[in-house]
Amino acid sequence: MTPAKSDLPQGTLDLLILKVVALGPVHGYAIAQRLQQVSRGVVQVPQGSLYPALHRLENRGLLAADWKATETGREAKFYRLTRKGRAQLETEAAGWQRLTEAVSLVLNMSEGGAK
Amino acid sequence: MTWWHRLFHRRKNEEELEKELCFHLDLHTSDLIAEGYSPDEARRQARLSLGGPEQVKEMCRDARGTRWLGDLLQDLRYGARMLLKAPGFTAVAVLVLALGIGGNTAIFSLVNSILLRQLPFRQPEQLVWVSARRPDPGKYSFTLPDFIDYRDQNQSLAGIAAYANWSANLTDRGDPERLQGLRISANAFQMLGVESVAGRALLPADDTPGQERVVVLSYGLWQRRFGAEPQVVGRRLTLNGVSYTVVGVLPPQFFFPIREAELAIPLAPDADPWRGVRTSVNFLRALARLKPGVTREQAEADLTAVAQRLRQQYPVANAQKLGVALSPLHEEVVANFRLALWVLLGAVGVVLLMTCANLANLALARAAARHREMAIRAALGATRRRLIQQLVTESLLLALLGGGVGLLLAFYGIDLLLALSPASLPRAAEVGVDFRVLGFTLALALLAGVIFGLAPAWQATRVSLNEGLKKSGHGAGGARPDGVRSLLVVSEIALSLVLLVGAGLLVKSFHRLQAVNPGFEAGNVLAVRLSLPKAQYPNRAAATAFYEKLRPRLESLPGVETVGVVSALPLSGVLASIPFTIEGRAAAPDEALRADYRLVSTDYFRALRIPLIAGRELDERDTAQTTSVAVISQDLARRYWPQGSPLGARMRIDDNDQGPRLVEIVGVVGDVKHLSLDGEPAPHIYLPARQTHEDAVVWLTNNQYWLLRTAVDPLTLSAAVRREIQAVDREVPASSIRTMEQYLAASVAPRRFNLWLLTVFAGAALVLAGTGLYGVISCGVAQRRREIGIRMALGAQAGDVLKLVIGQGLALSGVGVALGLVAALALTRVMKSLLFGVSATDPLTFMAIALLLMFVALLACYLPARRATKVDPMTALRSE
Repeated sequence: MTPAKSDLPQGTLDLLILKVVALGPVHGYAIAQRLQQVSRGVVQVPQGSLYPALHRLENRGLLAADWKATETGREAKFYRLTRKGRAQLETEAAGWQRLTEAVSLVLNMSEGGAK
Repeated sequence: MTWWHRLFHRRKNEEELEKELCFHLDLHTSDLIAEGYSPDEARRQARLSLGGPEQVKEMCRDARGTRWLGDLLQDLRYGARMLLKAPGFTAVAVLVLALGIGGNTAIFSLVNSILLRQLPFRQPEQLVWVSARRPDPGKYSFTLPDFIDYRDQNQSLAGIAAYANWSANLTDRGDPERLQGLRISANAFQMLGVESVAGRALLPADDTPGQERVVVLSYGLWQRRFGAEPQVVGRRLTLNGVSYTVVGVLPPQFFFPIREAELAIPLAPDADPWRGVRTSVNFLRALARLKPGVTREQAEADLTAVAQRLRQQYPVANAQKLGVALSPLHEEVVANFRLALWVLLGAVGVVLLMTCANLANLALARAAARHREMAIRAALGATRRRLIQQLVTESLLLALLGGGVGLLLAFYGIDLLLALSPASLPRAAEVGVDFRVLGFTLALALLAGVIFGLAPAWQATRVSLNEGLKKSGHGAGGARPDGVRSLLVVSEIALSLVLLVGAGLLVKSFHRLQAVNPGFEAGNVLAVRLSLPKAQYPNRAAATAFYEKLRPRLESLPGVETVGVVSALPLSGVLASIPFTIEGRAAAPDEALRADYRLVSTDYFRALRIPLIAGRELDERDTAQTTSVAVISQDLARRYWPQGSPLGARMRIDDNDQGPRLVEIVGVVGDVKHLSLDGEPAPHIYLPARQTHEDAVVWLTNNQYWLLRTAVDPLTLSAAVRREIQAVDREVPASSIRTMEQYLAASVAPRRFNLWLLTVFAGAALVLAGTGLYGVISCGVAQRRREIGIRMALGAQAGDVLKLVIGQGLALSGVGVALGLVAALALTRVMKSLLFGVSATDPLTFMAIALLLMFVALLACYLPARRATKVDPMTALRSE
């Protein structure tokens, strides 16, 4: 079995999923599509690792799921954010923000500025 | 959802997972069709981008927390099926494990109950054993006045109790019986925290002079002699002709410091006639409870200060009594068995380890056959961890089964061990299975399961998919027995060598011990212990009269050759010694001569065949009217008359209240081992019973051993002897009638116990090592059929093949033996004190055991090697 290879940094997939689900109850396929669209194809989310991630987040109580009918009348598993999940999203998003700012600050440093 | 909720909704979860992934695939497919793909191509693309559905499912299950529980149930079900499919393997494995685990459990329950569990007293950690310290390292007892001073003058003890041997003739209620008992400070039971099961234990007030005479019974005596009636409390018993009131019965797990003791009376030290005699016998042993917060060292210092005061006060009597030593009571109780029990536990542990190694080997062989199964499972998405988990679950299941059966065996094993154990084993009544033992067994089973499961699992799951699937079912593996299995066999051989060397050293010690000359001839001697009731035999005249009546009766029994009497029989455990001085020899300032003290009748030496070295024996010439004489042992003669002859010299012996009396040495006899065969002979003074001082007559009435040297099997005379004794005096019991050989056997019983067990364990280890080696070599031969076939096709002879296979086996064994020798050299040192007359690194034993193991290894290799020579080159080559 091949481990999930993603260009995403470790732990980012969970953050992205939480963000997508935060917009409203959504099923797995829709999450996959939304990620693909929003990241403009830059981020490759192997669908194989999407579902394990969903189940893991559900197990940790960050997501909850209900079986509901879609527009086409088929039953699908819709994920939604729990209160705990929302708190987690906020802290992780803030952490990510800080990290990227710090990283870009370092990257934008001029040669002379290091002295 | 709680975990158990999820567990019981496993099926629903599985269905939902399936549904969710299905939904995803369907949606993706229809989107792709909308993009213009053909339906088939769309479905294929959708599958590809999701990844293998089974693998995704597996990962999702992993992501759910309760995964392991579901897996466990699945693995257990599967494991049980696999075990049922191979009933032969399962039965053998369970049985072997059960024996291994059962043996460990049985020995551990001994270790646990005797060594680990605290003594069954209140706050046992405060209890100490008290002994007097002298210039040499021995532990000495106390005189009565010393004990009273320690009791009254110490600052550090919450209580101190002394006890001494005491035996009683019980003459009412049926047959007269000789009972072993003790006199013990009446506060002892409160100090220890022992509650009676009926009536009361002794109370401190019982020690006060002028109290009614009372006695407490042991639980065993109460059951045996009084049918466990509670009404026994308050009844009067006649002991040694004096009436005592039974006040209570002690609990079953209570044991007296003197293990055979069955009843106890108050010591009553303040009413004892010896309470003022500083030079009296040191016959009291003592135990004490420390005051709360006082350490052993502080109490020791406190008591030693008392000892030093006494030494100044009584410079002669207490010259050698330098101080007092305290040791934990528990340590003292188990001292003689501690090392032996740990060694036995270690040995039986090694046997279990080897059992695990053998099972691992067996499982490895099976694992080779299950290679394909593993490859398929891996292909279907099982991770390596998951596969190992499954295989280990299987072996754990096996181990737990073995542990369960082993526990049942252990119950029998404990009974067997106790039946074989020497009478001196302490706390035997407490041995049993408690929660600690159960925990130990469970832990052992789990550990065993992991040990013998992990190696094969590791090996079996080391598969590369393609290779595993391509291989036909013939089993995988290279041409040689692989590393893990060789390693297992080498360690098994090394371990078995250690055990065998240990057992070999014990066997040799035992032989050495049996070859020791006890100083007498034990064959065909009956020893009858009598004690004359003090009331009817208060003086020498009465005791002599009894002797004069009984002796001719016994002598005239058919088959009896010689009859002799002694006050303390060798190897009987009865001790008696007295101080003496030698006339005309100035004693060194700190010197106090002591010798073992024996009152003997005419013919005692002849009855035991103790050789006369010089002078004459004691005989009819020596009467109350003639000069007092003595015979001394060779050791005593050598010590004080290294050049000249002791004959005619005179000694002052201190065996009475009137002060030392003079005796003349008329003979020298051979040394006798009195305490044990492995000890040094002690100096002995033998005095004729007819010349016993009136004050010392108690030595003889209380304790006399009649020895009958017979021409027939001595035990056949027991009934006749009993009859003759009854004919002389119905009130005199003869409860102990044993042969001298039985005394000899009892004296080596603890060694025999260790020897027997260690030999059984070492034998098991040898069998395990042999079968282990056999297994590995046969398996190697099976795997090398093709190679052997080619060799034979190219002209190799049967001899060459034999050499090839056996050479490989012997190389493995050689490494094992070498490692084992090194380990044994390091380990046998710890059992030094269990050995006798043989060094812990005895080269002969080491060599003999190494040869024995190599021989067994040769045998174990020969059978598969023979099979290898029968390989038909054509069949072997075609079969691949």
